[in-house]
Amino acid sequence: MTDVTCFTADCKKSKLFWGLLALGGLVMLSTLSAYFYIEHHGHIVTGMNNQIVWGLPHVFAVFLIVAASGVLNVASIGSVFGKKIYKTRSPLSGLLALTILAGGLAVLVLDLGRSDRIIVAMTHYNFKSIFALNMIFYIGFFAIVGVYLLTLMDRKLKPWSHPVGFLAFLWRLALTTATGSVFGFLVARAGYNSALYAPMFIIYSFAYGLACFLVVQTAMYKWSNIQIDENILGRIKNLLAVFVAASLYFTAVLHLTNMYFAKQWDFERFILVEGDTYPMIFWLGQVIIGGIVPLLMIFSPGAAKSPARILLASLLVIVGGHAQMYVTIVGVQAFPLAIFPGYAETSSFFDGVVHPYSPSTLEVMLALGGMATTFLLTTVAVRILKFLPIDRLDQKH
Amino acid sequence: MARFAYWLKLAALLGVAVTFAAIPLRQATADAKLPGLENRKGDKCVEDVDIIRRNHPDLLKHHRIETLRHGIRTTKYSLKGCVECHASAKTGSVASAKDDFCVTCHAYAGVQLDCWDCHASKPKTKPVQATEQQASPTMNPVQTGGANQ
Amino acid sequence: MTTSHKPDRRDFLKTGAVVAGAAIAPGILFYGIAQGRAPEEGASSLVRWGMLIDTSKCANGCSACVNACNHENGLSGKTGPQDSQWIRKLNIKHLQTGIEHNLPMLCQHCANPPCVDVCPTGASMKRADGIVLVDRHICIGCRYCMMACPYKARSFVHEPLSDQNPDVPRGKGCVEACTFCVQRVDRDEQPACVEACNADGHQAMLFGDLRNPESAIAKAMKAYASVEVRGDLGLNTGVRYQGI
Repeated sequence: MTDVTCFTADCKKSKLFWGLLALGGLVMLSTLSAYFYIEHHGHIVTGMNNQIVWGLPHVFAVFLIVAASGVLNVASIGSVFGKKIYKTRSPLSGLLALTILAGGLAVLVLDLGRSDRIIVAMTHYNFKSIFALNMIFYIGFFAIVGVYLLTLMDRKLKPWSHPVGFLAFLWRLALTTATGSVFGFLVARAGYNSALYAPMFIIYSFAYGLACFLVVQTAMYKWSNIQIDENILGRIKNLLAVFVAASLYFTAVLHLTNMYFAKQWDFERFILVEGDTYPMIFWLGQVIIGGIVPLLMIFSPGAAKSPARILLASLLVIVGGHAQMYVTIVGVQAFPLAIFPGYAETSSFFDGVVHPYSPSTLEVMLALGGMATTFLLTTVAVRILKFLPIDRLDQKH
Repeated sequence: MARFAYWLKLAALLGVAVTFAAIPLRQATADAKLPGLENRKGDKCVEDVDIIRRNHPDLLKHHRIETLRHGIRTTKYSLKGCVECHASAKTGSVASAKDDFCVTCHAYAGVQLDCWDCHASKPKTKPVQATEQQASPTMNPVQTGGANQ
Repeated sequence: MTTSHKPDRRDFLKTGAVVAGAAIAPGILFYGIAQGRAPEEGASSLVRWGMLIDTSKCANGCSACVNACNHENGLSGKTGPQDSQWIRKLNIKHLQTGIEHNLPMLCQHCANPPCVDVCPTGASMKRADGIVLVDRHICIGCRYCMMACPYKARSFVHEPLSDQNPDVPRGKGCVEACTFCVQRVDRDEQPACVEACNADGHQAMLFGDLRNPESAIAKAMKAYASVEVRGDLGLNTGVRYQGI
C-alpha cells in the first residue's frame, strides 16, 4: 500500500478525507432514503414493472459485481504470474475487489422485494439456481480475497500469498462465469440463452475492473502528489487496450451468431437497429464510447506520458460498461417475449409490444448507492490500513 | 490527534445508530401493558395455553410447510383458525389495532411479525355473500371435469 | 358462524354443521362430504393436475375466466404495467395467414419449470401433484423467476395489500402466479376460471388429472391433437391447447 495510501493524517490531508467521507455519506443518505421509501410504498414508486422486472439498480449492481472480479486481476497478474509492477499494486487491487463487490451486492439487496429477508436468502439454497451459486461465490470471494489481503500485508504469511492468490484467481473466474450464466441460463428470452455469456462476462470484467483500478489509482496518486512512472502506465494502458478489444470481439461474436439463426433475426433487428433507444445505447454507448474511443486514446501518440488521457479512457470504458449492462439487462427485457413464435400477440398484459422503461429518480438514487458504498469503504479502508503498523499485525499472528 | 478525532466521530456515529435502533423498542415497551387475552371465542385453545404461548411460532411454521408444500389441509394449527377465534369484536381483526390479539402480545414481547403482510387478519368477511357466490359451483350439477375423478 | 364456536371443536364433523347450515363456508362443508382425499392426506404424485384449453370454444371478448380468477384470488383486476394478472386473454394472429385464435394464458404448471430451477431460495416450488406455487414465506422478491418464465405468467406485487382472501394470502414484495386455485382443488373443486367458463356455457377449459386415464381430460387429450406452448423448450407443461 505504501505507494498509494498517503492521503491521510501524515500528509495533512485530513480535511480532504472528511470532505470525501461527507460527500460519499450524502450520496449514501439519498440511497438509504430511497430504499426506505421504496420499502414502504413498494416497487410501485419505481419505473420497474411486471415487464421490465430488473431496471437501473440492476444495471449498476451487475456492473460493479463484474468489475469487482475484474479489478482483482491486477493482483492476480502480480501474484500468479509474478509481474513486479503489478505485485506492488496487489493490496489495492484486493481491497477494491472487496469494496466494489460490497457496493454491487448492497444495491442488489436493497432492491429486493423483501430485503428484510436477507437471512432467508443466506440460509435457504436451491443449488440448481445459478443465483444461489452466485451467493456462495460472493461469500467465498470475500473470504478468499480477505485472506489474500492478509497474506500480502503480513510478513509471516507472505509465502502464502502466491497459492492464495492463485486460488483467488480461479475463484474469480468461477464467480464471473456464474454472473454471466445468470443471463446465459435464461432459456426463455431471445437475447440471453447463450453459453457465450460466461466467457464474455469474464472479458468484460477484465476491462471494467482494470478501468476502475486505473481511475482509483489515478485519484489516489493525485491526492498524494505522486507521479506515476511512464513505463508502468504504458504497460497497464496496453493491457487495458487488449481487454477492451477483446470485449468488442466477444460482443461481435454474440451478435454474429444470433444473426446466423433465423429465429433470432427479430431480436437482432430490435437491439441493433430499430428497438427504441437501445440501438443508440449499444452503438454509441457500448461500442463507440466504451470501446473504439478508449482504444484510439490509448494508442494515440504520447498516451503513456499522459495520465489524464488514460484516466479519461478508463472513465469512458466505465461509461461504456454501464451502457452494455443497460442494453444487456433492460434492452433484452424490453423486447417482447415470443410466446407463440410466428404469431402477432395482443393482450392486457402487454404481450407483443415493446416494453417501455423510464427509471424514476428513486431508482437512480438507489443505483448510485453501490458506487457510494465502494467509495466510502475504499476511502476509509485506505486511511485506516495506513494506521496499522506492521509490528501490530505481527503480534496478532 | 486526527486519529483521536476519527474515533470520536466514529463513536458519535455509532451512538446515533444505536439511538435510532432503540426507538421502536422503546415505543413498544413504553405503552405496553400486560397482554390481555380478551379476544377469543370459546374457553379452550387447540392446545394448552402454555404450549401455545411457547410454541405457536413452531406450530404455525410446521403447519405452513405441511399445507403449502405438501397440500395437507388439516385445520388444527392453521393460522386461519387462530384468526377465526381471536379476531377482536371491535375491529374484526387480530392485528389492526393496539388491543388486537396478536398485537398486544407481540408489542409486549417486542417481536415483530410479518404474517399480516400477506395473510388476512380478519375472518372471511360478508359470509352471506360469500356463500351465495360459492354455493353455486358446489351445488352445480352441470359441472363436469376431472377434479372429482 | 356467530354461534359459540369453541376452539377445541375445530373438528368440523363434531360441530353442528347442520345448524351452521348455509352460513358456513361451503369449502368447510366439503370436508364432511367430499369423496376426495382427506385433509391430512397431502398432495400425491400419483395425480398430475392439468388443463386442456379448446381455443375454438374460447370466445373473443369474453373475460369470464379472468374475472372469476380476480374475484377468487382477490386481485384488483387493474391492468396497468405494475398490476398482477394471473390469467389473461391472449389474442394471437398468424403472421402469414392472418388466422386468429383467442385463448387464456396462465401459469402452464410445467413439469420442468424454469422458475423453480432459477429460484435462489427454493420459494418457487412444484407440489407433488404438479401444481407450481410460490412459497411467499421464503420469497425474497428478486424476480429472477419472472426473467425465466417463457409465458410471462408471473407478477410481482408492487404495493402493500390488505383485506386478502383468507384462503389466498398474497402481499407486497413477493412474486405470484396462478395456483390452479389450489385452495379449491384441495377441496375437490375446479379452478375458478374453469368453473366460470363452464357457467358461461363455453366449456373451453377442461381441468383434471392427467395421470388418470379415466378422467375427462386424459380422454380428451387422447382423442384430439393438443400442443404445449413453446413445446420446443421441453418443459412438459400441465396446460395444453387444442385448436391451434
